[in-house]
Amino acid sequence: MKRKEGVIKDLKVKLLSYKKSPVSFILFLLVTVPACITFFILLFIIGYILINGIPHITIGLFEWKYTSSNVSLMPALVNTILMVFLSLVLSVPVGVFTAIYLVEYTKSDNKLVSIIRITAETLSGIPSIVYGLFGFLLFVTALRWGISLISGAFTVSIMVLPLIMRTTEEALKAVPDSYREVSFGLGAGKLRTVFHIVLPAAFPGILSGIILAIGRIVGETAALIYTAGTVAEIPSGKDFLFDSTRTLSLHMYALSSEGLYTNQAYATAVVLLVIVLFINWLSGVLAKRIMKGNQA
Amino acid sequence: MKKYKEQAMGIIFLLAACTSIICVVLICLFLFSNGIPAIGKIGIKEFLAGSEWKPGDTPPSYGILPMILGSIYVTTGAIIIGVPTGVFTAIFIAKFCPEKILKWLKPAIDILAGIPSVVYGFFGIVALVPAVRYTFGGNGNSMLTASILLGIMILPAIISVSAEAINAVPESYYEGSLALGASHERSVFCAVLPAAKSGITAAVILGTGRAIGETMAVIMVSGNQARMPSGLLKGIRTLTANIAIEMGYAADLHREALFATGVVLFVFILVINLLFSLLKRRNG
Repeated sequence: MKRKEGVIKDLKVKLLSYKKSPVSFILFLLVTVPACITFFILLFIIGYILINGIPHITIGLFEWKYTSSNVSLMPALVNTILMVFLSLVLSVPVGVFTAIYLVEYTKSDNKLVSIIRITAETLSGIPSIVYGLFGFLLFVTALRWGISLISGAFTVSIMVLPLIMRTTEEALKAVPDSYREVSFGLGAGKLRTVFHIVLPAAFPGILSGIILAIGRIVGETAALIYTAGTVAEIPSGKDFLFDSTRTLSLHMYALSSEGLYTNQAYATAVVLLVIVLFINWLSGVLAKRIMKGNQA
Repeated sequence: MKKYKEQAMGIIFLLAACTSIICVVLICLFLFSNGIPAIGKIGIKEFLAGSEWKPGDTPPSYGILPMILGSIYVTTGAIIIGVPTGVFTAIFIAKFCPEKILKWLKPAIDILAGIPSVVYGFFGIVALVPAVRYTFGGNGNSMLTASILLGIMILPAIISVSAEAINAVPESYYEGSLALGASHERSVFCAVLPAAKSGITAAVILGTGRAIGETMAVIMVSGNQARMPSGLLKGIRTLTANIAIEMGYAADLHREALFATGVVLFVFILVINLLFSLLKRRNG
């Protein structure tokens, strides 16, 4: 209670001080109002979707089979997990190894390093529809993989590569040099130092990047629509990698563009939103943990 | 034995590092080799400056000027809405925000960045489109709706990059200004902000890139009529939408024309990225 009074008193003093300088007060409003707007836009979007969507979440939405009378999101959910898994299998080793190369194996003024950085920056700026076109041209058409799970996975794994690279690089750089020196001092080679000392120490940071990448893959639509397709079935059988699939985001897009299933689209939006929020939260928690670890 | 292993892994790391170079080369190669012949066949002037996109007609016409203008207009609208809000929010976060509020505002911006574009698009369909229809008339699927939605979507990028730029200004600028008798607000706006100018410009450019490249959310709210933009409340089609809508059924020259649309978009993005990294270098 006392603290609250203190806060109000502080605010009063602050507001009174503006009496002398109205320009400052206008400037103060100029920054406070947009910040409030930003915050309320977020609250509004999330609130609107949750309030309209939660009542429409039914058990039927989680049935194994998708039919036109029951637009179940379960196949799409399973496909999303498959897609995430496959893309990470492809992109995580490459991204982490690239970061190891950049941090542990070269000096930063190397010509190759600057080319790698420029290309990674370029990759991170390319819009997802261009990735979609490229995936369609290379994986679907030129390699004859067809519109399939594997074409989609390759496409999005290129898309998330720069993200994994950058976060891993930062995590590796945050490992104090003394760790490496001690390891070398004890007679360990470069490889052993990297895999047994540096990587474990950087692990939470790398994981937080991977989780962000999962979020991107879950939310991706434009890159997948012409590479992974829109068939709402769980791929099965021997050639399941070459089956067309529909991830949750694509499912969401299909539902809302058909216009017949608004309620189900709301419910799907809630599921998608909850997954993405959870992923963000998890990544944030991990990132915080490494910051604390570094201070200790 | 151990030495070989070390060397082998070193080579593997090097190869992994070259993947991103290979990817960029492949993307350029495939896009350009599939798109440029179509531009040749259609004629560069007819393609870029033609105001008719009628692939179904005989003879078909493939002019993407309406889409180029559509992209530019929608992006401009997004910038007009998103940049002031974003930059001022960034100033608030960097210089005004009490620790307690920051604890809520920062995650909020991360969440805003994490919401998938289909969810934004869906929100656009169910909330923004009707709102625009009731307030301004028209059928709601319009340039204005797309601009507002994109303006919201580019907020997190603009906020985080500009807040970083503002925080990077040495504290002594601010303190010097205070010592000369300026108020907190005046110091921030007249001493710190000008110093962060190039970083904030970089943020705007990044936002522009995001807005031009956005596909799904724009498709869902902008009406997508392939004709010259004719007003704020009329439907519009962007370059990205053109590709995503027609790719599913296009064949032959029509399909190639879509790849060529991709090339145009890609060139736009490359130029924007180049500007962004130049500014960022100068800043850093």
